[in-house]
Amino acid sequence: MKMTLLWTIQFLSVPVISPLCAGIIKKFKALLQNRQGPGIFQPYRDIGKLLYKDEVISRDASWIFRYAPYIIFTATVVAGTGIPLFASFLKNTLTGDLLVVIYTLSIGTFFLALAGMDTGSAFGGFGSSREMTVSALAEGGLIFSLLTVALVSGTTNLFAGSGTGMFAIGRSFLPRILAFGGFFIVLLAETGRFPFDNPATHLELTMIHEAMILEYSGKRLALMEWASANKLFIFAAMASNLFFPWGIAQGPDTAAIIFGITTFAIKIIIFCMVIAVLESSMAKFRFFRLPDLLIISFILNVIAIGMVYPL
Amino acid sequence: MDTITNQTGLFVLLLLFSAGALGSLVLRKHDALSNEWSGLFSIAGSLWGLFFALSVIITGHDVSFAVETAFSPLFSLAFHIDRLSAFFIFVVSLIALFSSVYGIGYVKHFYKTYSIGVLGLFYNLFIAAMLLVVSASNGIFFLIAWEIMSVTSYFLVVYDRNDEGNIKAGFLYLIMTHAGTAFIILSFLLFYKYTGSFDFETVRANAALIPLTVKNAVFLLALIGFGTKAGIVPFHIWLPGAHPAAPSHVSALMSGVMIKTGIYMLIRIFLGMLQPVPIWWGLTVLAAGSVSSLLGVLYALTEHDIKRLLAYHSIENIGIILLGLGSALTFSSLGMPSLALLGLIAALFHILNHAVFKSLLFLSAGSVINETHTRNMEEYGGLIRFMPQTAFFFLVGAMAISALPPFNGFFSEWLTFQSLFKGIAVPDFSAKWMFILAAGALAFTGGLALACFVKAFGATFLARPRSPEVAHAKESRLTLRAAMGALAALSFLFGICSGYLIPFLESIGRDLDAFRNTPSFVSVSPEQSITAGGGFASVSAPAFLFIFIAVFIIVSFTVKYLINRSQRVKIGETWDCGTDLTPRMEITATGFARSIILIFKGVLKPSIQKEIEYNDSRSRYLPKTRTVILGISDVYGSYVYKPLREMITRLSLRTKDIQSGNINVYISYIFIALVIALFWVL
Repeated sequence: MKMTLLWTIQFLSVPVISPLCAGIIKKFKALLQNRQGPGIFQPYRDIGKLLYKDEVISRDASWIFRYAPYIIFTATVVAGTGIPLFASFLKNTLTGDLLVVIYTLSIGTFFLALAGMDTGSAFGGFGSSREMTVSALAEGGLIFSLLTVALVSGTTNLFAGSGTGMFAIGRSFLPRILAFGGFFIVLLAETGRFPFDNPATHLELTMIHEAMILEYSGKRLALMEWASANKLFIFAAMASNLFFPWGIAQGPDTAAIIFGITTFAIKIIIFCMVIAVLESSMAKFRFFRLPDLLIISFILNVIAIGMVYPL
Repeated sequence: MDTITNQTGLFVLLLLFSAGALGSLVLRKHDALSNEWSGLFSIAGSLWGLFFALSVIITGHDVSFAVETAFSPLFSLAFHIDRLSAFFIFVVSLIALFSSVYGIGYVKHFYKTYSIGVLGLFYNLFIAAMLLVVSASNGIFFLIAWEIMSVTSYFLVVYDRNDEGNIKAGFLYLIMTHAGTAFIILSFLLFYKYTGSFDFETVRANAALIPLTVKNAVFLLALIGFGTKAGIVPFHIWLPGAHPAAPSHVSALMSGVMIKTGIYMLIRIFLGMLQPVPIWWGLTVLAAGSVSSLLGVLYALTEHDIKRLLAYHSIENIGIILLGLGSALTFSSLGMPSLALLGLIAALFHILNHAVFKSLLFLSAGSVINETHTRNMEEYGGLIRFMPQTAFFFLVGAMAISALPPFNGFFSEWLTFQSLFKGIAVPDFSAKWMFILAAGALAFTGGLALACFVKAFGATFLARPRSPEVAHAKESRLTLRAAMGALAALSFLFGICSGYLIPFLESIGRDLDAFRNTPSFVSVSPEQSITAGGGFASVSAPAFLFIFIAVFIIVSFTVKYLINRSQRVKIGETWDCGTDLTPRMEITATGFARSIILIFKGVLKPSIQKEIEYNDSRSRYLPKTRTVILGISDVYGSYVYKPLREMITRLSLRTKDIQSGNINVYISYIFIALVIALFWVL
């Protein structure tokens, strides 16, 4: 009974909490810019409003464009079942493997890029091209940063990786920190934040993600926005639980679970703050400088993996 | 089943294909009849081949017999079909089955242009030769079968002979494949010198007699010789030319199975015959796999010819297979047979999966080319409206080759990744770093392949038509769709049933002497969850599919029917910033890949030519036309093959000096040779 309840929470938390995460970042950014900003629940209102709006679909769009939002949203929810959120003992050995999570998110990227090309607008096509370039180069850093955690914990299951504790094996501290550096760069790239992409722009020179969803409206736009919030939340959760494995519930004890949820919430809020500070303090990079950053991420992770088993 | 796992079973198989070959030649005056005859016999042969191979794999009874010949005691028509051979017979028959079904409809557009009888002859002989290659167990007999395979496939490559490019591609293929064969012959001769036999069984039994330096030489010769057929970089140059030139159902066979015969022999020689092997063999294979997979996908990104793009992806996937094989070799040298078996299972699984999705992609590309009469992706666009089913099948193939779950490509790449991950934990320093690099190469390959197939699918099927040809395109014929549909279904089923397939693949690997009593590192739980590396990693295909479909249904039902049921959907125009939107404003295949090409310009060496023609040559403000040509320079041609060719030419000119044309000089040569020979004997 308790396990069913916990699994339901695990399933639902990604779609339910993710808009809040986006809202907190927006609020922090507003505060840093001396604005009052919208409330942290604004993303929920936005999604709700869009869900009730009428829709315009391009004449050139095929079924890919129509179904992509559903597939992308589903992919993020499925990936959310494979990552540790507040309890590491919910060992999902069926879809909790690091490659399964990464490639499930890739399904979303694949259809997002196809949907961008489907309407035949120049914006969408170039958005897709840029998105695939960034995500192809981010793949190495992403797999290797999670692999560092997997090698430290002796299994590629992400739940097990979050249960080891930061200092559990003495020499795993430094590799974890290095891998976190690499992962953080990939996080910014995959979720379309500064310095890779500007989530708040509709200027053709700078946009990647927004360019691909330019033709969407109504319910489908709501799902697209929601899915990208999900993705942000998934990456923030992986960053906080795999690289800073404190406080996560190790057993089905009510007190431990409440403590786990609380620490998880605090960690996520800290992450939102970090992203907000970063976005307020730095400019977007030129597109052709992005590969340098992603290669740095990969190299950091290679060093981290080299240090996991010192000879 | 025992009744067919004997030589009669094999003879029936070869007989069916021979009947198909000869019959279609006899009926060559009647195009339709000849085509149907050839198709029916190759379908029957393939079905029998599937049945035969499955019986051998399930019962484990080897089929082994030899027909002695009068020519030489060294040469015999020796067959030995163990589970490994049977696995390859299975793969060949599987792809041949669907290619033949496809061929019956596809060949129709060659009627009255070329001889259908000749196509049927070479097509059936080609399949039969591939079956012989994987079941021969005598070196000389093997080389004959190998040669038949090469020559028949050459004639299939140049079948569409009115296109001059095809003739050139075929010629390059012929030269490269024979250069490769030369290396293979050398390695067999070395076997003969030290074991006194061309028979694979005898060589295996006496492998201990071969000194290590000779073994190393055999390794390099075999890797180059069979690597040329498999398309390992830098011996791949024939592949992107030859595969697109052949008719599409033959391309599917060449890319799907013919190149795997090279991999078959690498497994047979390195893991079957020459064990134990030094560790650097495995590391070399890993390095070759990493280079081939990365460069293969990068070159694929630069292509806008749809079949060349797919051909480059074959090089990429051969690289991935080599990563599995290389880790198997390395682990077995390090004394970790369980992990070696894991690597071999990954390689075998990827061989099967790549055969399925690559032939699916080639067949659907063939349907597209058949309707649009061009291989240039820049002239496609919007085909999803005209050929919805073909588009769907291509999408399935694209998702499978990009390793997206739950399709089959994901599960074999997953296993390959796991064996590389386990390799990172080995204590050996050089092996550890090679595994790290190989895993990195595979990670980037996965990401780039995804980008490449977004480009291929998007440029071909999405947006608006970029040429008038597209608007005339119709959905392809029933037999074509049946073949593609069946392959798409297989690529889904092999993914979902990966848990059922792995025990079969394991029994095939276990048939090799090196793994006879090896405890397994891959297990499948009753819930079809695959666990690799002794609890290191686990995944369940059915569970993934179930969760995905359940979430998809809940999400779409809720959003569509529970929230705002009165929503109106209006069909409008794509936002065009107030201009008139033309197909020229869509992103093209070249434009899509441009940023990746420029990022990797150090490797790809792109050349950009810009030509601008002005209305008025003095005031350069109003350009009339503007041309940009983005190309990739032929690195291998200019740095490897051109110097090689020049060297051969120089050597030949040098040799010409001793041929003066004077008969006295020639007689003195004979005399000198005689004297030297005499001294040699004394």
